Amino acid sequence: MTVNEEQTLIDVALENLLSEVEGLHADGYRLVQIGCTDIGGAYEVNYSFDKGYQFKNLRLTVGPETEVPSISGIYWGAFVYENEMHDLFGIPVTGINIDFKGTFIKTAEKYPFSVTRRGGDQCRNA
Amino acid sequence: MPERIIVPFGPQHPVLPEPIHVDLVLEDEKVVEAIPSIGYIHRGLEQLVQKREYTEYVYVAERICGICSFIHALCYSQGIEHIMKIEVPDRARYLRTIWSECSRLHSHLLWLGLFADSMGFENLFMRSWQLRESVLDVLEDTTGGRVIQGTCKVGGVRRDIGQEKLDEMHRELDPFEQKCRDLGDVFLNDETVKYRLRGLGVITKDEAYALGAAGPTARGSGVAMDHRETGYAAYGDLGFKPVVETAGDCYARCAVRVKEVYASIDIIRRAIEEMPEGPIDVKVKGTPDGEYFSRAEQPRGEVVHYLRGDGSKHLARARIRTPTLANIPPLVKMLPGAQLADVPVVVLSIDPCISCTER
Repeated sequence: MTVNEEQTLIDVALENLLSEVEGLHADGYRLVQIGCTDIGGAYEVNYSFDKGYQFKNLRLTVGPETEVPSISGIYWGAFVYENEMHDLFGIPVTGINIDFKGTFIKTAEKYPFSVTRRGGDQCRNA
Repeated sequence: MPERIIVPFGPQHPVLPEPIHVDLVLEDEKVVEAIPSIGYIHRGLEQLVQKREYTEYVYVAERICGICSFIHALCYSQGIEHIMKIEVPDRARYLRTIWSECSRLHSHLLWLGLFADSMGFENLFMRSWQLRESVLDVLEDTTGGRVIQGTCKVGGVRRDIGQEKLDEMHRELDPFEQKCRDLGDVFLNDETVKYRLRGLGVITKDEAYALGAAGPTARGSGVAMDHRETGYAAYGDLGFKPVVETAGDCYARCAVRVKEVYASIDIIRRAIEEMPEGPIDVKVKGTPDGEYFSRAEQPRGEVVHYLRGDGSKHLARARIRTPTLANIPPLVKMLPGAQLADVPVVVLSIDPCISCTER
């Protein structure tokens, strides 16, 4: 038997992100993680939530310089993931409740996984 | 008004096995605020998916952590198997469950020792690690590796455990459980331990859930959440109920881990008794094309491997969210109100694994 957990994926527009997250919070979902994926010149940001092992993802697609509003006003613990988004990918996240301003993850290279700094060479920092 | 000072805690500290840094804002000796930072050992293992074939990446996934290594390999393999629609043989699922629970056992016994050490209870530390050695011996006997097992692979497992060895393990479980219960009795009932841990680093059930706490940190606050309940590997066949405590303090988190040691022994016993016959792997053909958020329960809580394949032999993305990262916000809420001398105990109570967190 393979794992067959039901997972829902919803594409969300930047302007609707906070209202969608507020809706999930009101429904009793907990924040599982926020993760970024480089999709070639842009980022896919997955906001993952869970309630009673029902896994739900909000997917946001943004350009490298697009400012993303923080959800830490809704989920207090989101600051770890949002600082990671900023420190590793260089995504500007606005309004984080605890904003380390680039010092949460101390990497030797600034924004090591940023699509801008790699100039499209996906393996340069691998 | 008391004077406020900032005391840096870590990244090098006698009780910290791995580097996390916390700036502690103190009023006299009382913590009023804690500001964490990590990143001292960031390894970029996620990026290696672009250089290792998806079948080889199991070895990298296993090296994310030196304690719960097998469960990282399991979680990764299950994700790829879901994307490629691979049915794993029953015997492989049971063997995966046994090795997962051995990992949990040795992780919890390691943590119990470190926790005893943080309280200054050196005798208890040595006894915990003595018992852990027995588990490492079983892992070495059955896989060849004490820390990195290398037995999990996409499509099943690489090694079988013969019936003779299974019988021997089964015989050893009763005396081993008795020794663990004697050890657990000290953690659960010793007045010194209770005095040191009760009421320390409290987070309520609502706080733990809202902050996204994982594993024993959440279950110690009454959140009955354990991914083994979803029935991956052989947990669905064997049945499983999460261990839950409600006080939300350091004692409750310790009690959850002590009782999970007993639960793991019980799961291993039943997995051996119900071990099905048959093959241990299937041949894997093709390449993964799709995405999946694979989840499993590590000793520290729920781990998430987000895997995305594009039809090539290299994955396009692996993103790993480890339980310690999820437990940092609860830690930030636990520390205010604690005395400076209690900070090591509170920090260790989430069982931080920074190697996992840094990936």
